[in-house]
Amino acid sequence: MAGYRMHVLICGGTGCVASASDTLISNFKKVLQEKGLENEIQVVKTGCFGFCEKGPVVKIVPDNTFYVQVKPEHATDIIEEHIIKGRKVEHLLYVDPETKERVSDSKHMDFYKKQMKIATRNCGFINPENIEESISCNGYEALGKALTEMTPESVIEEIKVSGMRGRGGGGFPTGLKWQIARSFASDVKYVVCNADEGDPGAFMDRSILEGDPHSILEAMAICGYAIGSQNGLIYIRAEYPLAIHRLKIAIEQAREYGFLGKNIFGTNFSFDIELKYGAGAFVCGEETALIRSMEGERGEPTTKPPFPAESGYWGKPTNVNNVETLASIPVILIKGGAWYSSIGTEKSKGTKVFALAGKVNNVGLIEVPMGTSLREIIFNIGGGIKDGKKFKAVQTGGPSGGCLSEKDLDTPIDYDTLIERGSMMGSGGMIVMDEDDCMVSIAKFYLEFTVDESCGKCTPCRIGTKRLLEMLEKITSGKGTMKDLEKMKYLCNVIKDTSLCGLGQSAPNPILSTLQNFWDEYVAHVTEQRCPAGQCSALLRYYILPDKCIGCTACARVCPVTCISGKVKEVHLINQDTCIKCGACYSKCRFNAIIRK
Amino acid sequence: MAKVQSLAELKKLRESIKSSVDLREKGNNIEEMVLIKVAMATCGIAAGAKTIMNSFIDELKKEKIENVVVTQTGCMGYCHSEPTVEITLPGKEGLIFGNVDERKVKELIERYIKNGDLVDGIIPNNYKTIE
Repeated sequence: MAGYRMHVLICGGTGCVASASDTLISNFKKVLQEKGLENEIQVVKTGCFGFCEKGPVVKIVPDNTFYVQVKPEHATDIIEEHIIKGRKVEHLLYVDPETKERVSDSKHMDFYKKQMKIATRNCGFINPENIEESISCNGYEALGKALTEMTPESVIEEIKVSGMRGRGGGGFPTGLKWQIARSFASDVKYVVCNADEGDPGAFMDRSILEGDPHSILEAMAICGYAIGSQNGLIYIRAEYPLAIHRLKIAIEQAREYGFLGKNIFGTNFSFDIELKYGAGAFVCGEETALIRSMEGERGEPTTKPPFPAESGYWGKPTNVNNVETLASIPVILIKGGAWYSSIGTEKSKGTKVFALAGKVNNVGLIEVPMGTSLREIIFNIGGGIKDGKKFKAVQTGGPSGGCLSEKDLDTPIDYDTLIERGSMMGSGGMIVMDEDDCMVSIAKFYLEFTVDESCGKCTPCRIGTKRLLEMLEKITSGKGTMKDLEKMKYLCNVIKDTSLCGLGQSAPNPILSTLQNFWDEYVAHVTEQRCPAGQCSALLRYYILPDKCIGCTACARVCPVTCISGKVKEVHLINQDTCIKCGACYSKCRFNAIIRK
Repeated sequence: MAKVQSLAELKKLRESIKSSVDLREKGNNIEEMVLIKVAMATCGIAAGAKTIMNSFIDELKKEKIENVVVTQTGCMGYCHSEPTVEITLPGKEGLIFGNVDERKVKELIERYIKNGDLVDGIIPNNYKTIE
């Protein structure tokens, strides 16, 4: 038996599974068996490659050929052409959107060139359901090193030196958080992994859990050793079934190998992990609400202090860390805090994972050093704006963040520069918008989200966000006044100052940042009853250009409310009083005779 | 599975299973790898290319040579000299060797791959591969 000489890595992340990568995998296995190659070619189901835009993704190693949008029936093509005859299957290769050339391997794709993978190092590289592949990639070495060669204090010191800040959004220094949790003496302490990822469009944590669950288990055990805890809990939303499935397998395997359980690495340190499911409320990402939810109470935040480090789960000292934060911990311990702090900017160290979404060519998961500019992310890695449209804004930080405009494109992004510009890092969602997006509507979208997700415990958030949403609705329907804009700004600041938890305190950010960066757009809605992006349907007017209309009657026939009048071969007219602005005539006209403004 | 009792044990375990991902790691540094392509069209297979490929893989493993990737390709057009293999040392033009048998495999590894010495059996290249 000569062993495998080629690996076929197939993405088994949620995105690719949704486009039938499971069937693709079984087809691959079936055809390989038919050809008698099953002992030479290994099919590996990995985690997310990040290139979700073109999934399912198949990578062949060692030659690094990168196939995109592979359908189950393509398995035969790839095996017969590439694997047996050594010829690349041209039509499945990625086409560079700029040069229109086919790129044969992942090393030459702009998408990967500028990335630096630390937290997502093993995603798309190993089979997450096989602990041996994780061990081959240095899995659990950091835990062994911490337990046998380091004191808890020196572990904390190393994390402090690294400059790591919480990746959940707040950016609190992780080493300090651990030190505080350690300082409270108690018989029982808890390590909690916050996997309640709730920002619309964000999927960093899910991808890490699906692609490399062992790194999280290892980091939690390290944290347990550092703060003096034997109990780990992962709070994960039930709507992440694949991540839960892989975590369960990983926990089982880790126990079998003795990385969880009693006397880990032959020391007297014991640690085990249990899963807790959340129902998917956004507010439960806030650590005090998360803890209440784990206790079986309503997911409502409590006042701080006391901080969870002093009194958290069942009143015991509890340390809550986000998935992405934990994923980087093992690497920091192996390569050293100084190495980690050499990456990034002065106050934000290391790398950050972003979920790139919206009107950008390469939607997907990326990891870049802190201090990378938005321009590099959107135009180099992201491949620019879809359909050659113009860039307008990028939303970072989800419902708690804000919209940045063209003038911020060259800002090196880190925790502090984003806050300076009225947005925030948040967990790393990044939604790109083009010229067709109305910024008032975007603000309205996020407010709808926070109104839904507000737990209702404190008044400013419960009632305030509702009032803000009503004002935005008034503006987008053309009934707003300049006074509303003033009032809205004032209310935003009141909510920010008086809300109990992070949800309310940051809920007005989408409004404040769009007011600041896109003031003209608000004014156009209010004073001219006009939506410059043409998105607010209540403010649209459709007109027929007399010199272009040939009287084909197509528009009149398609109008659902028969508000278009005119005879055959004569110029038609739209009755503005009865028009419902559905746009049917606009898309039907073949002579560009209908315009909207 | 016996539980891992120390860091040394973990490292030993890792060594024993390292091969599960080393192909992928090689893929990350493919420019630094020696590439061996075995022609595996019908004539090649009939002449024993499959055995040759396996003996390359076994021999390399035995010799603990890590920087080599063995893969297969289609007909190279030298049906008169099957089995044929193309060996590309990093940064050099690939060379094609014909009539490879098990003895030749050892010789190629010993002399060409390890030391870069040319050995008999080179077939003059009369085409260029378009990548």
